[in-house]
Amino acid sequence: MRNLAQSSLPARAATGLAKGATLSSRRSAAASFLSLVLVGVLALFITSCSGKDPQDTLSSVGEVAKKQQELFWIIFAWAALVFVLVQGLLLFILFRFRRRSENEMPAQTHGNTRLEIAWTLAPVVILVSVAIPTVASIFDLAKEHDVSMQVKVIGHQWWWEFQYPGLGVVTANELHLPVGEVVAFDLQSADVIHSFWVPKLAGKQDVVPGRSNPLTIKVDEPGTFLGQCAELCGIQHAQMKFRVVVQEKAQFDQWVKDQRTPVQPPGDPAMVKGSLIVQQKCSACHTIQGLAGAVGKVGPTLTHIGGRGTIAAGVLNNTPENLARWIRDPQEVKRGALMPNLGLTEDEIQAVVPYLLSLK
Amino acid sequence: MATITGSMVGVLRRPTSHYGVWSWMTTVDHKRIGVLYGVTSFIFFLIGGVEALVLRLQLAFPDGKVVDPEVFNQLFTMHATTMVFLVIMPLSAAFFNFLIPLQIGARDVAFPRLNAFSYWVFVAGGVFINSSFLFGGAPNAGWFGYANLTSRAFNAGSGVDFWALGLLGLGTASLAASFNFIVTILNMRAPGMTMMRMPLFTWMTLVVAFLLIFAMPIIAVALIQLELDRSPLATNFFNPANGGDPILWQHLFWLFGHPEVYILILPAMGIVSEVLPTFARKPLFGYPAVVFAGVFIGFMGWGVWAHHMFTVGLGPVANSVFAVTTMFIAVPTGIKIFNWIATLWGGSLKFTTAMLFSIGFISMFIIGGLSGLTHASPPTDYQQQDTYYIVAHFHYVLFGGSILALFSGFYFWWPKGTGKLLDEGLGKLNFWLMIIGMNLTFGPMHILGLNGMPRRIYTYPSGMGWEFWNLIETAGSLVIALSVLVFIINVVRTSRNGKEAGPDPWDGRTLEWSIPSPPPEYNFATVPVVQGRDAFWIEKYGLHGGEGAHHAAPPSHTAGSGNGDGHAIHMPQGSYLPMVTAFGQTLMLAGVIFGYWLSGVGLVIMLGGVYAWCSEPVSD
Repeated sequence: MRNLAQSSLPARAATGLAKGATLSSRRSAAASFLSLVLVGVLALFITSCSGKDPQDTLSSVGEVAKKQQELFWIIFAWAALVFVLVQGLLLFILFRFRRRSENEMPAQTHGNTRLEIAWTLAPVVILVSVAIPTVASIFDLAKEHDVSMQVKVIGHQWWWEFQYPGLGVVTANELHLPVGEVVAFDLQSADVIHSFWVPKLAGKQDVVPGRSNPLTIKVDEPGTFLGQCAELCGIQHAQMKFRVVVQEKAQFDQWVKDQRTPVQPPGDPAMVKGSLIVQQKCSACHTIQGLAGAVGKVGPTLTHIGGRGTIAAGVLNNTPENLARWIRDPQEVKRGALMPNLGLTEDEIQAVVPYLLSLK
Repeated sequence: MATITGSMVGVLRRPTSHYGVWSWMTTVDHKRIGVLYGVTSFIFFLIGGVEALVLRLQLAFPDGKVVDPEVFNQLFTMHATTMVFLVIMPLSAAFFNFLIPLQIGARDVAFPRLNAFSYWVFVAGGVFINSSFLFGGAPNAGWFGYANLTSRAFNAGSGVDFWALGLLGLGTASLAASFNFIVTILNMRAPGMTMMRMPLFTWMTLVVAFLLIFAMPIIAVALIQLELDRSPLATNFFNPANGGDPILWQHLFWLFGHPEVYILILPAMGIVSEVLPTFARKPLFGYPAVVFAGVFIGFMGWGVWAHHMFTVGLGPVANSVFAVTTMFIAVPTGIKIFNWIATLWGGSLKFTTAMLFSIGFISMFIIGGLSGLTHASPPTDYQQQDTYYIVAHFHYVLFGGSILALFSGFYFWWPKGTGKLLDEGLGKLNFWLMIIGMNLTFGPMHILGLNGMPRRIYTYPSGMGWEFWNLIETAGSLVIALSVLVFIINVVRTSRNGKEAGPDPWDGRTLEWSIPSPPPEYNFATVPVVQGRDAFWIEKYGLHGGEGAHHAAPPSHTAGSGNGDGHAIHMPQGSYLPMVTAFGQTLMLAGVIFGYWLSGVGLVIMLGGVYAWCSEPVSD
């Protein structure tokens, strides 16, 4: 490079600083705005770690999510450092070198090879120090684990199916996991691409038709965690939610036992009426183990729907009123959902709802 | 056939008018085509902006009821498609068209009619995609159109077809324009304008043109495969049920899509590299480094595409490789930023509106770059992918980057194009509203993303901790809208009674400032002889510019003075045929939706247009 600086930058900086010190404190609007941004952005990040919000990625609970969060703070620290230094330098320059007279003609500096090399190498150093923990973390997360449980996740438009092959349990939209165990997920899709994401437990992994993607989750404390689909999958992508209930081992085993129990024929005549309507109207699409003919695979299993916290893939709380509203007109609750309006009479709905809610 | 077309050409004499609508529709003058690109893409900017406002209104409160979910999906798809393909790309093209011949000392582009063809294909493509709103619904699968959500089985409407065919059409506009500008820049530079003396904006245009001619065929292949899958032939490129692979689409799309990101940002970097030296009264610091960093970004842009796919399940090796390449693209980007800052260092900084927008660009682009670093790392990206954090990131790069720089370009070159200065008071109001608005809109998206809010959701319940920032964002988007309104008022007011700009209102450095504003049709009465970088600055201040000499002697080749007013200069005449050919091509594409007979009609019109184009007389 032949165009070397005509006057060296450090020298000019020194004289610049000296001149700057004697100037009045009039600040340009640009400078004050940038300092506002500087402080503001950092403050915003800090206020964002409240921890109470159900999908906060910065108050993670699962082991995988914790590792990802740790790495985030390392990279964020580097980014914040660069942000403060570079924006601060820019701010200083804008203030220091503003035009004071229209006749000013600054030195016509064309470049400086040493500086060019310096600000090529500085980012390289920072990037290497980000790349090393990144690659280490990628392989750490992909490591084979001693797995104590398998769960197969099947994404459907717009609900989640969870199969526990070792336990003979199939459920929907509510995943139960035992505390402290390493659970290996096998992610598959029945239709389009979805993405399986429980922010507090682990980063997302896409659910791709024709593929089977692995994901490992380990949670060391009980609790209920929210998850939702993270890849655009059609009209109700926003309402493809689920919850993860992490339980102590004994409670989890009890849940498994309940799930494996088929439903019993109802004794109460009102319930019998409900079960007959369900058999007639719902069984082509939904499975209810123990109810003759109810083996449909299109919609989520209803075998123990009464025991779930929500319906319609996390959209409504599972109350009699909400269940009635859903059955009355699913399209009113979740436009575009694949469940049609069945045209049940109000009388029929009032029979179906208590029956379904009795399936705990 | 030959005689029929021959006689048709006889009927369609080459238009000779220099005034009125018809002269604009048949123009092949690069400056007028630049203005047409600018006006048209600004209209699309308003459309895309209104779409964004509706999205923000829907999300202002939990359980929003402004639009239904289907319309929401259509609006975010069209917002992104519009802003990428119908705003930032053609707005950059407006600057390429207007400026490149002026900056390299040429009288027009290499292929003036091809230039007009690019414009008309762009207009027709933009109208075609947007017409889907009237024909049963706009595309609804996102601007990235991930397979297999775009298959007939999961997307029966024709919105996706409008999108795919429209993008195919727009691709030809980009290809034609790119070849045109590559030939123009390589072959039509004034004597003495060596490659390493070219203005930075010209350099970045050259890089972008090369990126386009390699990127567009990739998306064209993907779009044709998509349309074949959706056609009655029902191929299975992306259909997993019959052995196809939806991930193939993602590879093809992002192999196009990541260079596309640089296609969107490099022209902005070119603009900033012109504005900063002008208002610092210093040459660009480290010109060769800035040029090569731009070229290097262009190359490296091809090796990072899978960072859009970290959560797809490509495995740890692929994710590591793409993480590292992605991080290292920050090196040339950093070089550019440091060189811009060093350009300001020691300068005499005048904070005109154009300068404020360029400084805003640097500051906002740094934020976008740094947030990019956090999802260049796959483990952290697993949490950020498909959340509002990503939306924040690319709006800082594309709005804080590209759009601010394009506004800087407006304020900078407006006087050159119109002869009138835009009002600086309104301009500064425009700037402050826009930068405050964009930070209110896109800043909180970082927080929402980290707080677990996914992208592309039409609603969210209360209790997620998302209410407050969503409301702030919506308020911010209204501030952006207000800033655009101020810009429009500025344009309308100053076009009525703006101050005369004169040829060189900013003490410019490059050749476009050496000729009258607006420039005559032939640009340069005498072709300039270039003695170095910042050619016009050297003419004004001498080769060692600025140290002693102040406005030494008026530049010798300033157009129009004593050179016979350029009356002897032959300029290409207007032509109807680029418009006819573009119309025919768009009909061909529309026929895939409306019936193949229409494709036949379009084919005949297009071939007729090309034939007549080839046999058109040079002058009447």
